[in-house]
Amino acid sequence: MNINASLFLQALVFAVLVLVTWKFIWPPLMATLDERAKRIADGLSAADRAKHDLELAEKRAAEELRKAKSQASEIIAQAEKRASAIVEEAKDAARVEGDRLIAGAKAEVDQQVHQAKEELRQHVSALALAGAEKILRKEVDAARHADLLATLKAEL
Amino acid sequence: MSAEHHAPANATEYISHHLMNLRANPALEATDPNNIHLDTFWISLILGFVFLAVFGLAARRASVDKPSKFQLFIELIIELVDSNVKDIFHGKSKLVAPLALTVFVWVVLMNAMDFLPVDLLPKVVALFGIEYLKVVPTADINQGLAMSLSVVLLSVLLGIQAKGLVGFVVEFFTAPFHAEGAVMKIILIPINGAMQLIEYGSRGLSLALRLVGNMFAGELVFMLIALLGMGWTGVNPGSILGALGQLVAGSAWAIFHILIVILQAYIFMMLTIVYCGLAVEEH
Repeated sequence: MNINASLFLQALVFAVLVLVTWKFIWPPLMATLDERAKRIADGLSAADRAKHDLELAEKRAAEELRKAKSQASEIIAQAEKRASAIVEEAKDAARVEGDRLIAGAKAEVDQQVHQAKEELRQHVSALALAGAEKILRKEVDAARHADLLATLKAEL
Repeated sequence: MSAEHHAPANATEYISHHLMNLRANPALEATDPNNIHLDTFWISLILGFVFLAVFGLAARRASVDKPSKFQLFIELIIELVDSNVKDIFHGKSKLVAPLALTVFVWVVLMNAMDFLPVDLLPKVVALFGIEYLKVVPTADINQGLAMSLSVVLLSVLLGIQAKGLVGFVVEFFTAPFHAEGAVMKIILIPINGAMQLIEYGSRGLSLALRLVGNMFAGELVFMLIALLGMGWTGVNPGSILGALGQLVAGSAWAIFHILIVILQAYIFMMLTIVYCGLAVEEH
């Protein structure tokens, strides 16, 4: 074991190596490792976030779908109700119109019957008058008995 | 020094030759304080630059999205160091993790010099007239002590940074033995101071000796194994047995040594972090 000035020389070499490692080698390598660790952590958290987002989106999509379905069935129900209402309305209108037509026709028939009766009465009264005139020509003065004739006409 | 150029006469000469560092001033003794081990210096420096170049390249080309396999391997080491530092060291200093990384990789590289055949580099440099070469810098006590004392010194500085100079000095003389009364505290001051001195000293020594001892012994075993095949005297049963023994024992020891190389570097790194962590923790 020969201890000599090499001790100091080797300590100097050691110090230089440590200093160079400290200043130039350790920091960039460590920075690389830290950066990679950070990126991996970021990537993992981003993946987690994406998964969470996907879940939310799926949930929202299902919700929308469900809403749309219920809306559609509501619309269909409404449409059916409306259709039946329209049919009912049409039926009612048709019935009313029919009734009206029937009533009109009836009134017309009544009127015609009435008219025919009136005509018949006129004819009958005229005939009666003509008959009576012929019978009573000599005794009845038309002017004198006008009132009587008119009353007869009305009664007929 | 012509004696050094011919083949070693015997096993003792071979081993003692291998255990001799290349000294800056061969005329001075190796223990002379003015001498410097050039082999330790150059090999550790080159390996240090290899470490800086490889990791610097990785740092420069570091990509967040598309890391290459090379980058992933570097990141594996970085993560190993960083997770240990985060577990053990709870101070604010940003120096400990790079320090631990440097310690780990540099020590692994220096220890790994053991895997080169023991005679390869010494023979190569011998071609250029260099007589001595000890290829494993961590088998040199200077290297181990340089690192361990730097670490202990740094842990003291970290302690001062975390607790303030006054806080550090107060703790130095009031721990590990605590007392309630003022009198007892004063009585315990020299005991605590001595304990702390011993603690810091033993940290530095044990850290260095554990590593250097392991690597020194490992290198020595490689040399002893190399001696098996050096008794070659031609094709005869003894020589063949020796060569086979070197092959088998050398392979086994090299494989086992992989564990020691990594383990010793890992222990050195862990203790570095632990000492720095202890320095900033309140007792």
